[in-house]
Amino acid sequence: MIIALFGFLFAMWILIIIGGGIIVTILGPFSLLEEIFVPWFVSSGIKAGFAISLVVIWIFILLKVKNWIFKKELNF
Amino acid sequence: MTELIIPAIVCSIVAFFTVYLTTPLLIKILIKKNYTVKDVNKKGDVMIARPGGPAIILGILFSEIILYRFLQIPEILSIMIVTSLSFVIGYVDDRKVLGGWFKPIALALAATPIIFLGTYDSNLAFPLFGEVNIPILYLAIIVFMIPITGNTINSIDVLNGVASGFMTIASFSLSISLFIIGNLDLMVVSLPLGFVSLAFYKFHKLPSKIFPGDSGALTLGGMYGAIAIVGHVEIIAAVALLPAIVNSFLFLSSMKKIVEHRQVKGKPVEHTDDHKLKATSDKTAPVTLVRLILARTPMSEKQVETQIFKLAIFSGTLAIVTAILMRISL
Repeated sequence: MIIALFGFLFAMWILIIIGGGIIVTILGPFSLLEEIFVPWFVSSGIKAGFAISLVVIWIFILLKVKNWIFKKELNF
Repeated sequence: MTELIIPAIVCSIVAFFTVYLTTPLLIKILIKKNYTVKDVNKKGDVMIARPGGPAIILGILFSEIILYRFLQIPEILSIMIVTSLSFVIGYVDDRKVLGGWFKPIALALAATPIIFLGTYDSNLAFPLFGEVNIPILYLAIIVFMIPITGNTINSIDVLNGVASGFMTIASFSLSISLFIIGNLDLMVVSLPLGFVSLAFYKFHKLPSKIFPGDSGALTLGGMYGAIAIVGHVEIIAAVALLPAIVNSFLFLSSMKKIVEHRQVKGKPVEHTDDHKLKATSDKTAPVTLVRLILARTPMSEKQVETQIFKLAIFSGTLAIVTAILMRISL
């Protein structure tokens, strides 16, 4: 059981690293929008919307990973 | 760097010994005033003093005030205010039973001094990929961080010694990470959290003489969250806290709403005849980290505690690896 938990923690860590990469490579360039006269609140709104979507997707993936790793144990 | 050695040693000693010396006194006062609760994992009516929060906050405030005399940086004030507010919120919850939403909202408000004092950096740093500037979104992260860290530490406080032992491992991992990324001032500022947790663990470990209560758990969690924001190590702090986050995640995904532990009807864990802990088959009970650890076989409280500490050391190691990866850019 403990091995499965280590695996789940490791999967979460990998998801954090990948999620960070997506945020930096996709959200980062949105700052450039402000330099071409897009109002800051539009730029921030786009960033916020994207980040929230990413969190929702992240939780969804995590739920799937959890059900897959603990499919035997979660049969309470 | 050498000028930080004396402040680091002094604040660590003050933090450790304040808690180490005041906790026995606090236990006597709490028992005298009949502020005790039943330890549900023990045979018979074993009553334990609660809460240990006042000793913990004393250790943190004494050491951080001394540190402020040495370093004179606003980040220390920020951390002290947030930690004190978290303690007050926890203490109110120790004395009165409050609704499930009270703590998250109150802790979100407790985070606002970080914003007003301007002791944050809106660039969110990720390992390998660098930083992203999110000025507005970062305010939301500040407001969410303290309730998340406070409540995750509170939710893992289910067995003797787990919350304080887990916090010792997580906070020293965070201090090492701060050293690796070169934020030496905040590394020193974070040391009292580890030493306070370690000193409290002496009395909280199996068999407990005192429980931290909400005031203790929220103080530790609130300070941890404040260091994460002010020290600009949000991702590293989250990684070190992963087992506690998994516990909250499992709980919320099974209950599907924010609910106080005391409001949950189903029991996730029960006792065997030889008083070992065993996962129940109750479908209405929440899934928790302890229930998952016990899913295959019953264990003693000590064995479960050891498994949780192994997970904490693993995630602490991942946090340190994350700090090393912060220095590498693809």
